[in-house]
Amino acid sequence: MSATATMVERPPPRARGWPRRRIVGYALVCLWILFGLGIVSYLYFAWNAEFFAKYAPAYLRGLGVTLSLVSISMVLGAMLSVPVAYGRMSSNRILSGLAYCYVYFFRGTPLLVQTYLVYYGLGSFRIELQSVGLWDFFKDAFNCGVFAFALNTAAYQAEILRGAIESVPRGQWEGAASLGLHKLQTLRKIILPQALIVALRPYGNELILMVKASAIVAIITVYDLMGNAKLAFANSFDIQAYIWVALVYLVMVEILRHGIEWIERRITIHLKR
Amino acid sequence: MPAQSIWTLLSWGPEGWLDDIAYGALITVALALATLPIGLAIGFFIALAKQSEEPSLRLAANIYTTVFRGLPELVTLFLFFFGMPILLQHLVRYFRPDATIDVNSFVAGMIVLALIFSSYASEVFLSAFRAIPKGQYEGGYAIGLSNWLTMRKVIVPQLLRIAFPGLENCWLSLLKDTSLVSVVGLAETLRNASIAARVTKHAFLFFGVASLVFLGLAVMSSFATSAILRSLGRREAQR
Repeated sequence: MSATATMVERPPPRARGWPRRRIVGYALVCLWILFGLGIVSYLYFAWNAEFFAKYAPAYLRGLGVTLSLVSISMVLGAMLSVPVAYGRMSSNRILSGLAYCYVYFFRGTPLLVQTYLVYYGLGSFRIELQSVGLWDFFKDAFNCGVFAFALNTAAYQAEILRGAIESVPRGQWEGAASLGLHKLQTLRKIILPQALIVALRPYGNELILMVKASAIVAIITVYDLMGNAKLAFANSFDIQAYIWVALVYLVMVEILRHGIEWIERRITIHLKR
Repeated sequence: MPAQSIWTLLSWGPEGWLDDIAYGALITVALALATLPIGLAIGFFIALAKQSEEPSLRLAANIYTTVFRGLPELVTLFLFFFGMPILLQHLVRYFRPDATIDVNSFVAGMIVLALIFSSYASEVFLSAFRAIPKGQYEGGYAIGLSNWLTMRKVIVPQLLRIAFPGLENCWLSLLKDTSLVSVVGLAETLRNASIAARVTKHAFLFFGVASLVFLGLAVMSSFATSAILRSLGRREAQR
């Protein structure tokens, strides 16, 4: 028994010499290193103090706009996702049908189309909106972006929430009911703590997707990070405008990704054996 | 100009815009379909590299997915669309100093979407690879199949079946991401709809039609994928 166990557990011998896959692997890594060096040397030789002094503050402002857009629409979306998830799980045909259509529409169409629909499309109803007093809100591109993004992320978050709540076994509900807890208490004290552990990773992915998707508000004239890069490129025809912004997005996404992994490791410590 | 009714605006022909939007939908589908095989092939090889024992291959593949999943699609598109002509021009200038280069927006969109699609598809392929037990490879070798034949005859058929639902999701997001290429001037659904919206001042109508086109494409692909899945299941049952 122990003999087979040691045989199975022994790692495979490392390939010696230069098998083909090692040559290919080294070649690809060298290609990436060359690519990275190329970008760094380009940024070094194309270093333009004037460009930097002129646009770096704009990029910082843009970063602030991006972050506030993402955080506001994430929070609004989270609030809106609760009734939608409730509707999806409800046994009432009409309610669940409506919630299904909502989710299907917002997940089935591109976010860019939804953003256009809000920003340009609602302009068709200007008179009606003015009479209700909402026109001042929808006149602003940033507000339109937040509105479209919140509706979009609400659909995705509702599905995450539903999946997480349904991943908790039924016995947990029954156990809580037999202890005499009512439904809301059960949800808050028994179900959600277990469901949110399941939901953490999808929520994190949704946050990362939102940060990446927020670049498209630049097209409806919001000066977020991408919007400022577009402006800088249009004024200078210098491709480093986009290279810098790509680096900022990459760093932002990597920080979020590692942060979420760290949180997940922390909150699942009690599940590790 | 008298106000046109919605039905003339949505008619086929010179008066209406439906033919333009239908043509745009055709371009959307063509772009997505042209991207799909390239993206699948790259994604498959990236997944192979990621599960290889060779650390340098894994590293190269991981850099690829980190970069293309970390960058916003729009930024990748703009970098490529505006950066590639500059780069190519620098290279070409050594041979022909007076050449100018333009990147076609369809080709640029295809390449960028393939890069993004492949980095997501590689994760799907990778988890499918991990779901296939080692015994399948060993069985293939034991009956004398070569590395390549084991892959083709034993692993890939199972792999496709396991990876299919994940690839379906990748396909749906590819279909939606094609709308971004409208920003660099490709005359696809969204761009034609926004031209119609600007000319006729019926923005809500035309963007609504565009969103219905995308919804219709999503519904059609879910029918197609469930048909494919059924036939895969039937072939499984026949064994």
